[in-house]
Amino acid sequence: MSEKRFTKEHEWVELDGNTAVIGITDHAQEQLGDVVFVELPALSAVVEKDKQMAVVESVKAASEVYAPLSGTVIELNAALSASPELVNSAPEGEGWFVKITPSNPDEFASLMTKEEYDTFVKESH
Amino acid sequence: MIAEEPLLFEIGSDDKTAVDFPPQPDAEECLGSCRRTKKIGLPGLSEPEAMRHYTRLSQMNISVDSAFYPLGSCTMKYNPRLNEKMAALSGFSEIHPFQPQNTVQGALEAIYILNELLAELTGMKAVAFSPAAGAHGELCGMMTIRAALTHRGDAREVVLVPESAHGTNPATAAMCGYRIETIPVNAEGLVDIAALQKRLVHGEKNVAAFMLTNPNTCGLFERDILKMADMVHEAGAFFYMDGANFNAIMGHVKPADLGVDAMHINVHKTFSTPHGGGGPGAGPVVFNAELAPFMPLPWVEKDGDTYRLIEANDGSVHSFGRMRAFNGQFAVLIRALAYILAMGLPGLRQAAEDAVLNANYVRVKLQDILHLPYPGTCMHEVLFDDSSLEGTGVTTLDIAKNLIDAGFHPMTIYFPLIVHGAMLIEPTETESKRTLDEFVAAVRSIVAKAKEGKAEELTAAPVNAFRRRLDETTAARNPVLVYKDETQ
Repeated sequence: MSEKRFTKEHEWVELDGNTAVIGITDHAQEQLGDVVFVELPALSAVVEKDKQMAVVESVKAASEVYAPLSGTVIELNAALSASPELVNSAPEGEGWFVKITPSNPDEFASLMTKEEYDTFVKESH
Repeated sequence: MIAEEPLLFEIGSDDKTAVDFPPQPDAEECLGSCRRTKKIGLPGLSEPEAMRHYTRLSQMNISVDSAFYPLGSCTMKYNPRLNEKMAALSGFSEIHPFQPQNTVQGALEAIYILNELLAELTGMKAVAFSPAAGAHGELCGMMTIRAALTHRGDAREVVLVPESAHGTNPATAAMCGYRIETIPVNAEGLVDIAALQKRLVHGEKNVAAFMLTNPNTCGLFERDILKMADMVHEAGAFFYMDGANFNAIMGHVKPADLGVDAMHINVHKTFSTPHGGGGPGAGPVVFNAELAPFMPLPWVEKDGDTYRLIEANDGSVHSFGRMRAFNGQFAVLIRALAYILAMGLPGLRQAAEDAVLNANYVRVKLQDILHLPYPGTCMHEVLFDDSSLEGTGVTTLDIAKNLIDAGFHPMTIYFPLIVHGAMLIEPTETESKRTLDEFVAAVRSIVAKAKEGKAEELTAAPVNAFRRRLDETTAARNPVLVYKDETQ
């Protein structure tokens, strides 16, 4: 059974057993506009919670994407290099960024639930 | 209206050339098997055809000579023709860097005078003239700071940059090998001084420098700058100021008095030289006494009545080396000197005041229809966002495109990044009230149409331009950067 959580920096993370899938939220892609390039970390890279993990470039701006959890990168979404538009069309599906093995699964509990995130977006807008 | 302009390759032909070559010896005999078998692929045009092509292209552009150009944060301001006249004097324009120094004493004296003037305006000790642009100047500043730290045996790894900084600041520090840590901005659009203090006082003692743009990219003066300087110096770090917006404060305050250790000057923003983008630029850097010995060579010194270039390290000179050949973009620096001398200190002071006045005039004339993320008086540029248009289907990009139809260059859009839908307007000091009124009227008319529900019309703009709305997404995703002759 997987569960999805969110960050204030508009990343989502879905934890399924020992694997966490990470991407940016629908709200994030909407704010960015058309995504034209995604720079992912290297395979096997160690990422640290709240530290920069990837860069997403849109027609408006280049923005940093932060790791919602600490861990080791085990898979990259190779489709994004040829089709960065997946981040716009399916941000929380085919437009995922990386899969990691979390090194500290306890961190997951500190993230926002879907409800909390939706409220956060509404209030900060 | 000018007709569509074909590419040089499309109008040229092999049988035409603007140059008469002398008869060539038999190529076969000289080159043998090395002789080229394919066409060289250069366009063949007569000299007037080539000239007309480029003139027509230039006429398709909006330039500061043809229209109001409120490009905040990257000032495009009027270049007085007097600057050109001075730079064209034969003693400046017909000399060569390899000439013996005793034959170019006038040119060296001009640089020396500019050195004195910039040192006076900034309160600094020395000026490095070799950097070729503002961002190159930043790199010069950070390399000098690194050299000074290395000299005192104090390697440090981190450079602090506020969220509101110019994008070139973190890029420069990273290029110089530093790790970037971001300092947040508070609700007023100013550096969060508590966060800076926390990092400098309680964080690891590894901060090499703090880079601040002041006035910042929100068009606001960082009023806690003295406190910031104290904190930075107490932590053993250097205080670098991005002088891109020095035009808003010149003649009123000296950066040295604000605790700044080094700062670059964008001479196109502050001293009305041509903009460097696409051409020769200059970004002199001023240093205080502590950093001066480490700045890049060469520089001009005066011995009695003789001016000479210092080109090597010795004794108290510990320069990290050179940043480029020769003595910088000399002809651009002469234009800056001409401007400073023509204006005088009262003139420079008034230019800063008028720049601030013009930005605030636009602010007051538009603040009832466009939202100010940071209300209150601004400096030389005013920052709006598009939140007052929410629900109309019209955004910042549409306002920019409609301004093209109205005959204006758009303002800076979507920057600074910390403001969603940002519109940054910098009128500059030379624009008249009439021009500003016309611009304000154009913006008001666009916003009024948006609120009347004319989104369809507005999102179709520009219609009076050589190109309609460009597909920026495809251009970024599948850029075609090289012309290819499909027939070959």
